[in-house]
Amino acid sequence: MNKTDALIIGAGPTGLFTAHQLKLIGLDCEIVDNLDKIGGQCIELYPDKPIYDIPAVPECTGEELTNNLINQIKPFNIKTHLGERVDEVKKDGENWFVKTNQGKTFLTPNVIIAGGVGSFEPRKFPPKECEKFENKSIFYSVKDKTIFEGKTVSIFGGGDSALDWAVELSKTSQVNLIHRRDDFRGAQATVDKVYELSKSGQINLYTKYQLTNVNGDNNLESIEIKNDNKEIKTIKTDFALGFFGLIMQLGPIADWGLNIDKKTVTVDTEKFETNQKGIYAVGDICSYPGKLKLILSGFHEGALAARACFKLARPNEKYRFEFTTSSKTIKDRLGVK
Amino acid sequence: MPKIIFNTHDNKTHTVEVQNGLTVMEGAVQNDIPGIDADCGGGMACATCHVYVEDSWYDKLAQKDDGEEDMLDMAFEPKKNSRLSCQIIVSDELDGLVVNIPSKQG
Repeated sequence: MNKTDALIIGAGPTGLFTAHQLKLIGLDCEIVDNLDKIGGQCIELYPDKPIYDIPAVPECTGEELTNNLINQIKPFNIKTHLGERVDEVKKDGENWFVKTNQGKTFLTPNVIIAGGVGSFEPRKFPPKECEKFENKSIFYSVKDKTIFEGKTVSIFGGGDSALDWAVELSKTSQVNLIHRRDDFRGAQATVDKVYELSKSGQINLYTKYQLTNVNGDNNLESIEIKNDNKEIKTIKTDFALGFFGLIMQLGPIADWGLNIDKKTVTVDTEKFETNQKGIYAVGDICSYPGKLKLILSGFHEGALAARACFKLARPNEKYRFEFTTSSKTIKDRLGVK
Repeated sequence: MPKIIFNTHDNKTHTVEVQNGLTVMEGAVQNDIPGIDADCGGGMACATCHVYVEDSWYDKLAQKDDGEEDMLDMAFEPKKNSRLSCQIIVSDELDGLVVNIPSKQG
């Protein structure tokens, strides 16, 4: 059981800066995120896209912003639990008991939800029949590539994940690469490699095709793909891999007894507290009159929620406002002279 | 104000007035049209505002740029007439535009 003054759910820009604010005022915190890396939407959706509306930063990419925030909290050595989705939040006396899908548990007076639009989950194949083969012969990520050795693998998608795996698996498997159009958005070098392998017969390329049906009893036996002219091809395959990126799902947050409206959590604008005392929501996931889904708004919301956490984490102390420019205590916390 | 017509998957038709200069996605969100999630808020980064544009209107829209086509790779059941509604800007010329909303966004 991990005990902390505040648990932050979500390691996007808002979660990271909220952690900074908590540590600055002398509170402990830990961060949990379902993704296997820090940065949230900035790193998952637009790492290379420029952002122009961060105050005092004329231009930076999602990745640069993330790296700067990581640097900014480096002095605090904050414990970050990646690849874990918070599944359960329930009252335990004066505290909140929090449990992740990996079984990790926390006890804390303050839970700050900085979860963007929820947790990222892989986008799946449209046909419903695909569900019964999931994690047996249909996958949306590769954990153990040895299971594909000597088998036929049909890979769907046009980005780097699809192309990289097509190239990699073509060394030991029969690979079909299927994409909805002629253009691939992966790195040019990989695209060239795919065409080369297609010419030499190591990859069977099907462009302008999409999956329409899957067949098999326990394991996948064949798939049906259809092109724009409605021609259907049936392909024998042992596995199908889909790489269509990630989609955000509100997920378990919906079950924590919070007031939710259109996939967002209703909060007040003084503490950014939800209808549950000690649970706050900041960043894209919170809503209040006039809410703007901007990163800068998330920073403000996190700063205020952090101050609100102080009261519950240190009931016998009084919070005193200090500036970073002049406070010796804050400078000590930052490790600067 | 231009009227935009949204056909949802349950065969319901929603006709709403959308101000010039707003996107079709914003028009849908402001009017609570079901089936347009717009998770990323119009940043062309999520493909959850995906719509099928009625064929007669498709060629009247400004061309897609590469980023939009890339995002449509991620959309649920993309077709030839797929667009991201956050990239269609409403103007008088688009008065009467008909878009069909997919059965789901992901």
